[in-house]
Amino acid sequence: MSEYAGLGLFMALGAGTILLLLVLTSVLGPRLRFAEKDEPFECGESPLVSPYRRFPVKFYMVAISFIIFDLEVVFLYPWAVVFRDLGWYGLLVAAPFLSMLSIALAYEWMKGALEWD
Amino acid sequence: MESILFWVFSIAAIGGALGMVGTLRNTVYSALWLVVSMLALACLFIMLNAQFVGLIQIMVYAGAIVVLFLFVVMLLNLTGGVMGAEEQPLLKFVGVALAVAVSLQLGSILLRIELPWPEVSPEYGTTAEIGRALYTDYLLPFEVAGVLLLAAIVAALAMAKRERG
Repeated sequence: MSEYAGLGLFMALGAGTILLLLVLTSVLGPRLRFAEKDEPFECGESPLVSPYRRFPVKFYMVAISFIIFDLEVVFLYPWAVVFRDLGWYGLLVAAPFLSMLSIALAYEWMKGALEWD
Repeated sequence: MESILFWVFSIAAIGGALGMVGTLRNTVYSALWLVVSMLALACLFIMLNAQFVGLIQIMVYAGAIVVLFLFVVMLLNLTGGVMGAEEQPLLKFVGVALAVAVSLQLGSILLRIELPWPEVSPEYGTTAEIGRALYTDYLLPFEVAGVLLLAAIVAALAMAKRERG
């Protein structure tokens, strides 16, 4: 566990900084409230509509592709770690996996799933 | 120290799950609470010396899966409230029945644990060890996983791009 002490310190410092800033602003800052101040700030423009709107369904294909290629990468992390130990054998056994995913990418590209419209 | 951290992360995981259920009125908050639970679970995995599983938990679950959930929530604009759960008592029944079934299973696993734990090498569960096992003993499942991912892409395309023919 002790090898994570640095990480723990880092996170504690980060959280501590945020907490300190929040406490300091609430203690030291003046409290002036008016209607305009409670509006969400959007580059100085008054917000016209609620931010809860439907996203374009085109994002769906992006999300699905992201998940699948993310999972592919998950299998490649342990591969990368032991790549030198495995040598040519490692390249040989990963080739079918990688080529299948390349076929998937090529198919997606051909079908136009990577296009926005 | 370890037991304190274990309690912190366990409470965070359960708290995140409760927060997720508690904010069902706003599904975006719900999904973000799920991230809290997933991150706490990842910390628990790392405490168990399963660093790879812990990082995968963050990358795949907290990253990709919750992002997909958020996409679906935003695509359908599910901010109006719980969809249909009030009108369908059958759904509630199924939910409770599933929860009971999972609890019974977990309980039966807990009862069957034999202490002390078996001895394992300190290497056990590291990314290198998983890599060695995956690319030698479990080569076939690994390649089959590749086929499965290919099939998933084809299926997703077949559904999403149907109108193009």
